Amino acid sequence: MAVPIIVFDKLNKWYGNNFHVLRDIDLQVALGERIVICGPSGSGKSTLIRCINRLEEHQEGRLVVDGVELTDDVKAVDDVRKKVGMVFQQFNLFPHLTVLENLTLSPMWVGKMPKKEAEAKAMAQLERVRIAEQAHKYPLQLSGGQQQRVAIARALCLTPKIMLFDEPTSALDPEMIKEVLDVMVEMADQGITMLCVTHEMGFAKAVANRVIFMDQGQIVEQNTPTEFFNNPQNERSKDFLSKILGH
Amino acid sequence: MAMNENTAQTFQPIAARKAPTATEGPVAWVRINLFGDWTTALMTLLVGAVLLWMLPQVLSWAVFRAAWAPDYEACRVDGVGACWGVVAEKYRIIVLGRYPFEEQWRPVVATSLLLFMLVGSCTRAFWKLWVLPAWVAALVIYFTLMYGNVLGLEKVETDRWGGLPLTILLASLSMMLAFPIAMVVALGRRSNLPAIRTVCTVYVELVRGVPLISVLFMASFMFPLFMPVGFSIDVLVRVIIGITLFAAAYMAEVIRGGLQAIPKGQIEAAATLGLSYWQTQRKIVLPQALAMVVPSIMNNFISLFKDTSLVTIVSLYELTGALSLALNSDANWRPFKIEGYLFIALIYFAFCFSMSRYSIWVEKQANKGRMR
Repeated sequence: MAVPIIVFDKLNKWYGNNFHVLRDIDLQVALGERIVICGPSGSGKSTLIRCINRLEEHQEGRLVVDGVELTDDVKAVDDVRKKVGMVFQQFNLFPHLTVLENLTLSPMWVGKMPKKEAEAKAMAQLERVRIAEQAHKYPLQLSGGQQQRVAIARALCLTPKIMLFDEPTSALDPEMIKEVLDVMVEMADQGITMLCVTHEMGFAKAVANRVIFMDQGQIVEQNTPTEFFNNPQNERSKDFLSKILGH
Repeated sequence: MAMNENTAQTFQPIAARKAPTATEGPVAWVRINLFGDWTTALMTLLVGAVLLWMLPQVLSWAVFRAAWAPDYEACRVDGVGACWGVVAEKYRIIVLGRYPFEEQWRPVVATSLLLFMLVGSCTRAFWKLWVLPAWVAALVIYFTLMYGNVLGLEKVETDRWGGLPLTILLASLSMMLAFPIAMVVALGRRSNLPAIRTVCTVYVELVRGVPLISVLFMASFMFPLFMPVGFSIDVLVRVIIGITLFAAAYMAEVIRGGLQAIPKGQIEAAATLGLSYWQTQRKIVLPQALAMVVPSIMNNFISLFKDTSLVTIVSLYELTGALSLALNSDANWRPFKIEGYLFIALIYFAFCFSMSRYSIWVEKQANKGRMR
């Protein structure tokens, strides 16, 4: 394995006193690797990737992202967040800002980039997700698929090393899922490290280097997509696959 | 009619047609809203009849039989309606209070300047950085004109300021000062730090627990007792501080309501983009929260504007107080209070109605992103 860019070492997390949401997670992600995480709801998949940019704090174990260990140290968190982009299920665009302003916000205010430069960069990203003509509209004037592509472009404006996707197509109408997945496949071709929580098995087969199956806060099985789908090793994974592929 | 004519090969969209009955336009409006069904029609006729019966009487009292000249003898003649002469006679005291008669051009000029700045600041053209020094300059000019004692202007103590200028001064200064305080307190009540949260909560609960009139009383009479001997703060300043702190507590709760309505995802998205706490509040949370609570904030402003009439109890004679002052001291005109009150009611209404119209405009501006 190449140099890992993300290392989970015996990571544990609880919500409150009793809900043990992540249990003894050991995981290494290589630079440029593309991982799809699946599993039943409540299995801790979202929590796992949200730990990477510290939207969630872990209580035990270590988590190192690109050489920076995530602790209570605010500087470390800021450092990591500059390297990690995230796309949410509910898009989370800022409704009071235009598409272009959504994209330039962070480069201008966090990156201290001049407005002209930030706008040029934002337009380039919008071209990349094929939505440049909507730059001056407000997010709620766009369709769900368009909004999610804007959200991807916004995350890319930080030129992140790692991209996290938290069920990016789950809130979309069926007709719009493809346009978002297409953009994600193109990104994968460009060599960015990706962790994607999704149940789009076609996407997993086409793009992922590795599929991780989680249940009850643990990593149950991990394998290449071909092996995982054709020859699951664990009874739990077999059961899960039979349910999502069964119809 | 759905005709099933086995045309599976090509999809033929049906051309759009007009609605069978019109629902827009004045005629349709009258038909739908005034004569929609028989109860509505009956109520329309009933209300119409009452209006027809009352309107002539009101007009006759207020216009046709009214006495317009500032002559109280003419008002006492039998059959005379409204006595607008009281306004013609006393308007300078009602509008400008006890400010020295010869110097009354000063509050007029100063208040016009203040109003110009207030109205201007409500429009887009003023939303630039230069508005801050402009406001400082305007306030310096304002207080120089009002207080005097320099440039050959006669000194006028603050307890002689009165009437409409005082109402406008109290309301606008308190609003402007209360707004930032309210924002900080609202954010403080949602802080992760228990000390800040507690201080803000205690402040809001304490202030909300007492009526404004007692806050004014304390500001005016109790506060000086705790001050060192020989040290005093002007009563007008104390009253402005009192109203400001009072209004800020209510406004803070309104703003907190807006803050709570912002989805968590917005703050998370800002965090993943690397924005700091203050950047997130300033760029993401407050703009959306404030846009949501514009109607409630304007509601607060309007009620604050009228609440300023309570300062009469600490012997400051703003518009309402000045009216009483004008009529109580003059037995000849004292019977015509109703006309006086109608006159100031009109002034209050003009201000409050403008604020309410402005609030609708701001709402539209602020919700641009939500319009499809």
